[in-house]
Amino acid sequence: MKEIVVISGKGGTGKTTVTSSLAFLIENNAIIADCDVDAPDMHIILEPEIIEQNEFYGGFHAEINEKMCISCGKCKDICRFDAIDYKQEVYKINNAECEGCGYCSQICPVEAVKMHESHTGQLFYSQTRFGNNFVHARLNIAAENSGKLVANVRNRAKEEAEKQNKSYVLIDGPPGIGCPVIASITGVNYIVLVTEPSMSALHDLARVVQLIGKFSIPAGCIINKAGMNVQMEDKINTFIKEKNIPLLGKVPFDKEIDIAQSKRKTIAEWNATFKNEFRIILNNIRNLLDK
Amino acid sequence: MKIAIASGKGGAGKTSLAVNLASYVANVIGTLPFERVTLVDLDVEEPNSGLFLNMQMLEKENIKRYVPEYSEINCTLCGKCKEVCNFNAIALLPKNILVFPDLCHSCFACSELCPTGSLGMVEKLTGTISRFIEGSFDFFEARLEIGEPSAVPLIKGAHNFLKSYQSRNGLYIYDCPPGTSCSVIESVKEADLVVLVAEATPFGFHDFKLALETMESIQKEYVVVINKATGDYHEIEEYCTRKNCEIIARIPFVREVSELYSIGKIFIDSVIPLREEIARMVTRLSARNV
Repeated sequence: MKEIVVISGKGGTGKTTVTSSLAFLIENNAIIADCDVDAPDMHIILEPEIIEQNEFYGGFHAEINEKMCISCGKCKDICRFDAIDYKQEVYKINNAECEGCGYCSQICPVEAVKMHESHTGQLFYSQTRFGNNFVHARLNIAAENSGKLVANVRNRAKEEAEKQNKSYVLIDGPPGIGCPVIASITGVNYIVLVTEPSMSALHDLARVVQLIGKFSIPAGCIINKAGMNVQMEDKINTFIKEKNIPLLGKVPFDKEIDIAQSKRKTIAEWNATFKNEFRIILNNIRNLLDK
Repeated sequence: MKIAIASGKGGAGKTSLAVNLASYVANVIGTLPFERVTLVDLDVEEPNSGLFLNMQMLEKENIKRYVPEYSEINCTLCGKCKEVCNFNAIALLPKNILVFPDLCHSCFACSELCPTGSLGMVEKLTGTISRFIEGSFDFFEARLEIGEPSAVPLIKGAHNFLKSYQSRNGLYIYDCPPGTSCSVIESVKEADLVVLVAEATPFGFHDFKLALETMESIQKEYVVVINKATGDYHEIEEYCTRKNCEIIARIPFVREVSELYSIGKIFIDSVIPLREEIARMVTRLSARNV
């Protein structure tokens, strides 16, 4: 079983467009996972039927028992996150700032500070309208620990892939280069980089390539919105060649893509040209994975 | 006045709006109730605003966070450090202690609760903040060090850095990261008003609703900009009417804008209808600044 993750650095370059099309073409030989837990979108296209839902607890938050508190102020003194307010002679935790480190509960001389597990999201196990199983999640609004939720999504997808004897786990990744991205790529077998011919996308691609360099994972690149700017496309080609990243394929800058999306279809099922292009992309990925 | 430009979805047009808005305000500053305009790029994982601005860098500062460093002298391997760490950043081995700085949240508990002082806190580079200037336009860019897991310490550091550059009657524009989690919350913290950029697509609409819920949960006032509107997608417009939230600008999809964007050029200089829409947005924002 091999894990393939789709990332981009820059948001909006077409990660979900690519992943959902690959999910359609890979048929029932993969478990699909959405690791963009902050703003997950793939369910809009895959229209999953939820089979199982689990609550996710990531990290902790502190609570001060007012009756036990002797107002010594030690907790406020040591808190590095300014998460303890002192108002009208009462010490209180500011939940928005509390990092859940638990230092206050350790230092409190009368054990008035208790740590509670924070409910930070939900994990879903579903079946897509194509019939393949799909693991996705929803991080609560303003919650932390998205990296941990990403790890949970991946673990569940891997377990299912092994149990069902699937060849692949196909992951839609988050934008950026921070903890959810690091959690999405650690230990995967192949990274698909989706970029577009723009200065911003190339700048962001360069940063994400630098990040994956630290993990020594093979990667290939898809240029989305091809035709938007030929010079920028050349620059991207030069850049990936320099970095030894093969071009897996191109997706044209085409209004049809927005129309397909608004009808909640993957672009590979929208028309034969796209379908063919994505078949080539999928074959390229498979061949490179088996190398 | 401080406004934060946010969106759930990446690529919805936050940076495009931020740089065009800031450049427009800088161009016409004499006619506005603002003395200076300051753009701050807080999308620290992938900062792009600077690509659109040709400004001169004045200074660059390193932003650091603190992580423990183990010294085996005096260590009795009591395991207190591991016990108090809620982030699994410390492993207790048979003969020594192992620290994982990437997992550390810099709470200082291990260091200060260690009975033998074997874990001193040392500085670790988390990113940089650069300052650029041109006339009455200031630009700050915060850039995360590659491999650093969390954007939050750097965004906090950037807010602190900015405190020494507050002008009394300035317009501050924060270009925020995508998503709805901790880094977004940290980025909008200082703002009086959040401008939510909604891309007129089903993905854009879905993530816009998440972003809107996020702002409601932290009680931030917000207005909406509908971006890349094509005329046949009305869900966002209808949703805003139902929720009674103000649409402060509508930016239609124009291929020329995408082309300008792709080469790092702002659109206000050449796409007149959009320049006029930005002008109207500024009028509406100025009206709120009383």
